[in-house]
Amino acid sequence: MAESTDTFPRLLLRQAEIRPDRPAMREKDLGIWQTWTWAQALEEVRALACGLAAQGFRRGDRLAVIGDNRPRLYWSMMAAQVLGGVPVPLYQDAVAAELAFVLQDADIGFAVAEDQEQVDKLLENVPRCPKLKHIYFEDARGLRHYAQEQLTSLDALQALGRDFASRNPEFFAAEIGKGGPDDDAVILYTSGTTGNPKGVAQTHAALIATARVLVAFDGFSDQDEVLCYLPMAWVGDFLYSYAQSLVAGFCLNCPESPETVMTDLREIGPTYYFGPPRVYESILTQVMIRIEDAGWLKRRMFHAFMGLAKRVGMTILDGKAGVSLRDRVLYALGNLLVYGPLKNVLGLSRIRVAYTGGEAIGPDLFDFYRSIGVNLKQLYGMTETCVTVSMHASGEVKLETVGRPMPGVEVRIADSGEVLVRSPGVMREYHKRPDATREAIDPEGFFHTGDAGFFDAEGHLKIIDRAKDVGRLADGSLFAPKYLENKLKFFPYVKEAVCFGDGRDEVCAFINIDMPAVGNWAERRNLAYSGYADLASQPAVYELVRECVEKVNRDLAADAALGGSQIRRFLILHKELDADDGELTRTRKVRRRHIAEKYATLVDALYSGRESCFVETQMRFEDGRTGAVSADLRILEARTYDVARERKAA
Amino acid sequence: MTGRREIGAPILEVEDVSLAFGGVVALQGVSFDVRQHEIRAIIGPNGAGKSSMLNVINGVYHPQGGSVAFKGRRRRKVDPYEAAKAGIARTFQNIALFRGMSVLDNLMTGRCLKMRRNVLEQALYLGPARSEELEHRRKVEAVIDFLEIQHVRRTPVGRLPYGLQKRVELGRALAAEPELLLLDEPMAGMNIEEKQDMSRFILDVNDQMGATIVLIEHDMGVVMDLSDRVVVLDYGRKIADGTPEEVRRNPRVIDAYLGVAH
Repeated sequence: MAESTDTFPRLLLRQAEIRPDRPAMREKDLGIWQTWTWAQALEEVRALACGLAAQGFRRGDRLAVIGDNRPRLYWSMMAAQVLGGVPVPLYQDAVAAELAFVLQDADIGFAVAEDQEQVDKLLENVPRCPKLKHIYFEDARGLRHYAQEQLTSLDALQALGRDFASRNPEFFAAEIGKGGPDDDAVILYTSGTTGNPKGVAQTHAALIATARVLVAFDGFSDQDEVLCYLPMAWVGDFLYSYAQSLVAGFCLNCPESPETVMTDLREIGPTYYFGPPRVYESILTQVMIRIEDAGWLKRRMFHAFMGLAKRVGMTILDGKAGVSLRDRVLYALGNLLVYGPLKNVLGLSRIRVAYTGGEAIGPDLFDFYRSIGVNLKQLYGMTETCVTVSMHASGEVKLETVGRPMPGVEVRIADSGEVLVRSPGVMREYHKRPDATREAIDPEGFFHTGDAGFFDAEGHLKIIDRAKDVGRLADGSLFAPKYLENKLKFFPYVKEAVCFGDGRDEVCAFINIDMPAVGNWAERRNLAYSGYADLASQPAVYELVRECVEKVNRDLAADAALGGSQIRRFLILHKELDADDGELTRTRKVRRRHIAEKYATLVDALYSGRESCFVETQMRFEDGRTGAVSADLRILEARTYDVARERKAA
Repeated sequence: MTGRREIGAPILEVEDVSLAFGGVVALQGVSFDVRQHEIRAIIGPNGAGKSSMLNVINGVYHPQGGSVAFKGRRRRKVDPYEAAKAGIARTFQNIALFRGMSVLDNLMTGRCLKMRRNVLEQALYLGPARSEELEHRRKVEAVIDFLEIQHVRRTPVGRLPYGLQKRVELGRALAAEPELLLLDEPMAGMNIEEKQDMSRFILDVNDQMGATIVLIEHDMGVVMDLSDRVVVLDYGRKIADGTPEEVRRNPRVIDAYLGVAH
């Protein structure tokens, strides 16, 4: 049996054989959830694969897939794997110029696009990528008058495929028979913070082995439900949605549109959920805003029971002793009146396990979900290791760590503090980049993560920052910018923060306010504002942010190692940092170096002791045009605190 | 605009229409036609009689003189009900939706004229009423999908931002599957992005659904980009009629409307 399920296409055959009538895929279309069983999914894949073969797709060819999470986009990836090809999922919000590199680097000849928007971006790249001969689209809207010979609808492709399959009935099975576990299963491009993205080629063997570990770790079965709403180009979606559903046999649910995810979540009620911290954060922000606007009875009830939940909820979730009977009864009442309805509104009623990762998560945020009974846990990993380096086991959850290494994963801390990983999930190579591969994987087979971290007394891994970003102030004190930025971002009013200080006398910061949270705060105080830039420049908002900065400083002062890096001065940026302007990566991580160069005048002003600074910035609108925004930014000082002599025991 | 639907024979003919409210003359001997599948703009300064013209076309006002022919049926007096039945739908300058009702329900009202079952049958939700309701819902869902408003399907209209309400109003008109769509300032009060979205929807409606469109709009850029032909009214009279290019060059239009000094 093991032999017959060592590639994804064979896993699909197996699922269609043992649970042909269980749902494999759902999508909400025209307001109704449409379901495909495993047997039907297999037929869809067969039609796609045979269609691609009829169009000249050969073993080793690569298929680009770009768009929101759609059943036929997932099946197209499978179809490419059936034919011995490699799917290359791309970020759907990348602009055309960003796609050019990947399309060339991966030698894309065939592409599947969701709609007109994606088709336009691909067509724009055709002159630069002459190999791109076939573009298939899911949604024909707006494409009626496109006469380009590259274009075919997925409907037409599947019709071709059914015709081809009826003439070559043995073809599909024979192609699956030719595949092997050491073939590449997917190439995922990492959103590099510098330079061009790198393609990470992962084999069927690595991904399936990792998925099996994950399924066993949390005990997934075909009864589980997942909502696929994160980009298909991201390793997490490939692993948690695609790979795990094929291993465990559970159903993938595709939202109606990116805007309806919250509604779809409530309708599906997934049992297993992954989200980066920002997703949990935006859900919580919405909850808090709506609670603030609710009637006094609801508000009182919410705050009273949340107080109780904060005290005992997490202990109850972990199944530990030490909670009085009275509190248990009250908690049960709270569950009936507050936590249950709240989880229901958020679509988290049926959640068994929820994960977060990729960025540090704030204590308030983490505790909120756990205290109302959502089993939220953290994990650590990256594309190159099939994620899955370390994860919290249920009942062993600690906010400041990312859990113990997973079974089969060896983790070593280098002398420099860098985290090194060796596991079955470590990639074989970066696509076409032997130099980068040599740099990342040492002769012993350890992958160098580039993260700085250490093990705590219980053997949990703790990650503090990127190894290369950890620097020192001029006086020698430790400066871990991401650690500071994360502390700032844990406040609901702060959306992004960028800290500077390496080699300087003191630490200064750029702040981006969170428009919905600060906007609501301003409305409740009857502060008038006309837009983002106006709100960000208000003195009252500056004071609000100053309080946040000073709280961070007080926290830092308690830590002997990091107390020297308290934030002395800050300013609030006049525009939101945006991936379209190159200030964030597509996964919304700040590109600190790029920002420092782009806003060099502001950085100078922060360190020259001035009280304000004029700035003009180019920004790119969603339709690709550019415009300039300018503002006179104020610079404020924040109070700093004396550093505790000794490190407090945690 | 290559490959758009073929523009056909006139579907609407306005002939010598005059309308007055007491002593105030709103329209004076206005004639023009609208051809099948075309986008026809009516422009003019404030008070030129643009909205009155739309109101005459769909029967809200009855002109004192002249006539309107829709699909060859010439009449002086049309009732709004008859106009709607004949296939004319419209949106309003000041949004006229049911604010307390959800987007979905508002769109369903656009199907009212097509419902064949009586109130009792619908209340009991018996066989035929049920299948009819499902069919209407399917049509409305197609409109929701078309206008990309799935995320507010269940939201009361009154809670939506203005630009979205405009889109919902267009949706309600589309739910009636009109042959002729009258849009009264569909982009008034919108920002650039919303205008671009709305322009795209109007072009798509025209192209994919094949609806003929008459629109009133103040944004000259929009008018020039969208429309096939433009009628210019001033003080209730037609002062120009032609392609956007012809109208733009017409000295009377420049005098009256664009207000360039000379």
